[in-house]
Amino acid sequence: MAGTALRRRLTWQIATVAAVCDETATVRTIELQLPDWIGHRAGQHLDVRLTAEDGYSAERSYSIASAPGEPVAITVQRLEDGEVSPYLTTELRAGDELEVRGPIGGYFVWDADGAASPLLLAAGGSGIVPLRSILRHRARSGAVVPARLLYSVRSWPDVIYRSELEQYAGSVSVTYALTRQAPPGWTGHRGRVDATLLADVAWPIGREPVAYVCGPTSFVETIAEGLVGLGYPARLVKTERFGGAGGP
Amino acid sequence: MDALDGNAIGGLLHEVFGTEMTTATGTCASCGATGPVAQFTVFLRAPGTVARCRTCSAILIVIVQAKGMNCVDLRGLARLEAA
Amino acid sequence: MSPVSRGFRGRRREEAAATGRVPPGQYVTDDFPVLSAGPTPHTPTDEWTFSIRRARDVVKSWTWPEMRALPAETVTADIHCVTRWSKLDTQWDAVSIDTLLEQAGTEAAYVLAFSDGGYTTNLPIADVTGGRAWLAFGYGGEPLHPEHGGPARLLVPHLYFWKSAKWVRGLELLHHDEPGFWETYGYHMYGDPWREQRYAGD
Repeated sequence: MAGTALRRRLTWQIATVAAVCDETATVRTIELQLPDWIGHRAGQHLDVRLTAEDGYSAERSYSIASAPGEPVAITVQRLEDGEVSPYLTTELRAGDELEVRGPIGGYFVWDADGAASPLLLAAGGSGIVPLRSILRHRARSGAVVPARLLYSVRSWPDVIYRSELEQYAGSVSVTYALTRQAPPGWTGHRGRVDATLLADVAWPIGREPVAYVCGPTSFVETIAEGLVGLGYPARLVKTERFGGAGGP
Repeated sequence: MDALDGNAIGGLLHEVFGTEMTTATGTCASCGATGPVAQFTVFLRAPGTVARCRTCSAILIVIVQAKGMNCVDLRGLARLEAA
Repeated sequence: MSPVSRGFRGRRREEAAATGRVPPGQYVTDDFPVLSAGPTPHTPTDEWTFSIRRARDVVKSWTWPEMRALPAETVTADIHCVTRWSKLDTQWDAVSIDTLLEQAGTEAAYVLAFSDGGYTTNLPIADVTGGRAWLAFGYGGEPLHPEHGGPARLLVPHLYFWKSAKWVRGLELLHHDEPGFWETYGYHMYGDPWREQRYAGD
């Protein structure tokens, strides 16, 4: 299946928006119905193309938020000065059509089949989206690898999938870093992830872990460098950079 | 503005090469650094797409799509091996 | 043909109320998008020089203080990027390329502008003289920011903005037209936005 998936043609298709669901004040999950979907792997993304009446078009990539086997969904964060995200998070509604192509990606993916390494997932802001796909896939498949999530966001209301992450208690150890504002009584980490926190959360290299790091470029580079500094082999630190905007 | 990585051009590369390319291994012709395409430094917001070596910044790939054609320059790569 | 996305308008694209000022296929924007093919160079002005060269020989060179001592002017211009945005009434502080070429005192038919980071772009001599081109070191009344090409960039507003090389460090004098970076990949050798010369063959 994986072999044929790699060699297929990647073409644009018209998806229909099945539902939209607001995750936070600026983040929305969009569930899609696709006529020609071959399935996807946890961590992959879609390209979305919008075309205005005068022919102007814009393209963006969004990580798939759902697990393999679930209806395809993307989660989009509205960027202040964005061109596409404001449309997707405020204007788009169920029944609308969206031109997409995918699934895309073979590097930043995690398969439950044959998984043995403890998972370290590190998310900055909207970088949580592909990692959520990984966690859902892990839960649905019954994979027994231990998992830890380090999630850096500006403030508690910015946490995406908050109640879902709470439900993982016991099966996934979740550590938050609130970089700008913490609620009263917060005993967790304040400020950006630092070397101490990372060393605390990261699996020791003796456990032969694999890491997935996703978010704004600066976040990803800081964490990836930190993990390599802790002895993680570079090839076991998978990274996906989302650029500079909208991060913690 | 911050650079992205090869994951961001997964769709473009698939369109150009006909297959998933982010797991392909590239060797920089300038400094010899070797690694997955997913780890190339990528600049998207230009008249074309440019992927550079994360180690030495040399240009590895340039893709310009114009008039229904793809112009692809791979001369910055000494080697590109599909996974 | 891609289907139209209901309700999608893209960036605020003010209608060309300024008729006659917007070339075909362009949209007016309030932003100043940053487009780059590589990391932003950060050359300190005490290391900066601008040279006129012919076949690798430096004909004339200026340090930053020498360049800043030259007569400068404030230029107001509309700029047009090949990626379809246009920005009207941009204001620059700049030295005319005429001043630099006069001091170099040489003849050429074409120039190849070269920049920090390896970028190049080609222009006919007529398009960088006669008051049509500048070496710009200020934008909007402030020193030119590195992400917009500072400490200094070429400014040639009558052509698509990829010809206005950021981080410019000099001009190579040529007898024949030679494609620069984007021209090598199929962008037009000349680049007149009014004739919509985006790609070779347009």
